[in-house]
Amino acid sequence: MTLRKHPLLLLAIVALFGVVAGLCTYTFTYAQGFSYFSNDPQACMNCHIMREQFDGWQKSPHHAVASCNDCHTPHSFIPKYLSKAENGFWHSKGFTLQDFHEPIMIRQKNVAVLQQNCVACHEQIVDGINTHPGDPKKMLDCLHCHREVGHGPIR
Amino acid sequence: MNSSSRFSDQRGFAVWIYVVTLIALGVAAYVALVFYQNIVDRKAEAKQDVFRVVEVSDQTIDPAIWGKNYPRQYDSYKRTVDTERTNHGGSEAFQHLDKDPVWRRIFAGYAFGVDYREERGHAYMLLDQKETERVTKFKQPGACLQCHASTLNLYINEGLKAGVPPGKSNWEAQIQKGFEVVCKMPYVEAAKLVEHPVSCIDCHDAENMNLRVNRPGFLNGIRALAKSDYPTPHLPSIERWRKDGRKGQYEPNTDATRQELRSMVCAQCHVEYYFKGEGKLVTYPWDKGLKVEQIEAYYNEVGHNDWKHKETGAGVLKAQHPEFEMWSQGIHARSGVSCADCHMPYVREGAIKVSNHHVRSPLLNVAQACQTCHRVSEKEITARALLVQDRNAALLTRAEQALLGLIDAVVAAQKAGATDAQLKAARDFQRQAQWRLDFVAAENSMGFHAPQEAARILAEAIDYARQGELAVARDTKAPVLAATP
Repeated sequence: MTLRKHPLLLLAIVALFGVVAGLCTYTFTYAQGFSYFSNDPQACMNCHIMREQFDGWQKSPHHAVASCNDCHTPHSFIPKYLSKAENGFWHSKGFTLQDFHEPIMIRQKNVAVLQQNCVACHEQIVDGINTHPGDPKKMLDCLHCHREVGHGPIR
Repeated sequence: MNSSSRFSDQRGFAVWIYVVTLIALGVAAYVALVFYQNIVDRKAEAKQDVFRVVEVSDQTIDPAIWGKNYPRQYDSYKRTVDTERTNHGGSEAFQHLDKDPVWRRIFAGYAFGVDYREERGHAYMLLDQKETERVTKFKQPGACLQCHASTLNLYINEGLKAGVPPGKSNWEAQIQKGFEVVCKMPYVEAAKLVEHPVSCIDCHDAENMNLRVNRPGFLNGIRALAKSDYPTPHLPSIERWRKDGRKGQYEPNTDATRQELRSMVCAQCHVEYYFKGEGKLVTYPWDKGLKVEQIEAYYNEVGHNDWKHKETGAGVLKAQHPEFEMWSQGIHARSGVSCADCHMPYVREGAIKVSNHHVRSPLLNVAQACQTCHRVSEKEITARALLVQDRNAALLTRAEQALLGLIDAVVAAQKAGATDAQLKAARDFQRQAQWRLDFVAAENSMGFHAPQEAARILAEAIDYARQGELAVARDTKAPVLAATP
């Protein structure tokens, strides 16, 4: 059997494929998925659950020198977009199925990324400490004490 | 047939593959739309989430009607029927007098010595009050209803009937007058005039949902507190009123911040009180301050006793659920954490944040109640809270035994013929010890609201009880009884 003999079936499949592609693209745009490629902190606020963090960051000591991505994503290109893709997937799943723990708490993997970025900027001053940046087991978690420098107290 | 079905002549896939692909794509299209709709819902919730489908007013007592406008809050409010135990409390009505029979002796001669069941959730407050033997076997006044029923409307109506002019500007006058009328009534009569336990109207203004306090006991009490010199760093609006020259009266509904009101609406009822005078007016003893010894000093000054102890003849006080007073001594109050922050934490439903109206022990909801501020694991938080409560429970037991020792000593001395003059010091010590013990026992956090203060109070209770035992020996020249375990 060849599809050439059933042109209507072929047409139906191709058409439906187009419909699916269109739906997915539309949904992606409607959900402001492109914001994931952005560096603008406003984009992180598309999800209102981040509002407090955004407000806190605006008044925090790091406001003038670091934005969301500067702390929360790796700095080199491929790891950065891989991290965005991975987190983006978990965010979508969480919001759709409403099955995430609240209050939101950062995952260990992302804590390691964060600490690595702390050291990346403050390398000179922490040079004398074995911070083991990026190693989730060994790392000296800067945030254990310096909890409020990113987006304010507690949150 | 020319098109052979031999493998080498075939081009393309078998039919079923095309059919399956078609179906799979159809399902994918469906799922994509479901996903899309989910996002649409979230965005809609973010735009508007309250739809006022019915009008509610100060006359709307039934929470089911309010629930039409605020279904999420109403849903969680209804959950207060749930019965669940925590290690030291919860919402199951077990009989304290069976669990710790020592209380039958401590409350000998008083209604609490007959029936003292653990309270259940808010939904049961009126029902349980009507059923407790403290009400069925004893004559109680309508004053009891101030806290156990939705009485705002009743007070207003009785106030209007008694001649207070109508209108919004006379709102408080109507309530205060109605309050006077109802407090005097016998409980059985007054209970016929109410139908609901605490309802939306008791905390919220019907027009704009603002928090608003209305119970006369609280209004009078908080004003007395503001007038005093008791420092209230945890209630900054009182400090502000004082600093601004104490002009007029302190008006909680206009002067207090929203965050303070999130504690004050609860403080309308979760407080120590007594029924003052023949009118049985529910009065909060805060003229000298909120601490246990300041309330005691107030009671001493007005000459108030709750009852005479049946076994020892001492004039003693009963403490009733002083959560507001105890919380005021703790670090959470000092740090601006209100009752609602822990007992009605915000919960996210979709894209909407609402207060959880299922008022209950935060131990049953650690993530929402505690983790917003205390960013450690739930296990660690629970362990920490239980540690405080376990220590408090141990001190309570110790204090109960000490008090029992004193009661036994006085009873023995009485049997041996001691006079009232000889036993005066011991009875005074019993009053002091019992007041402090009961203050912590009747308070529902098992020490958590102010751990160090609770421990301090119990330490004093133990000390006064033992001093009382020594006083019996000293004043009646009797040997000190063998130390009670």
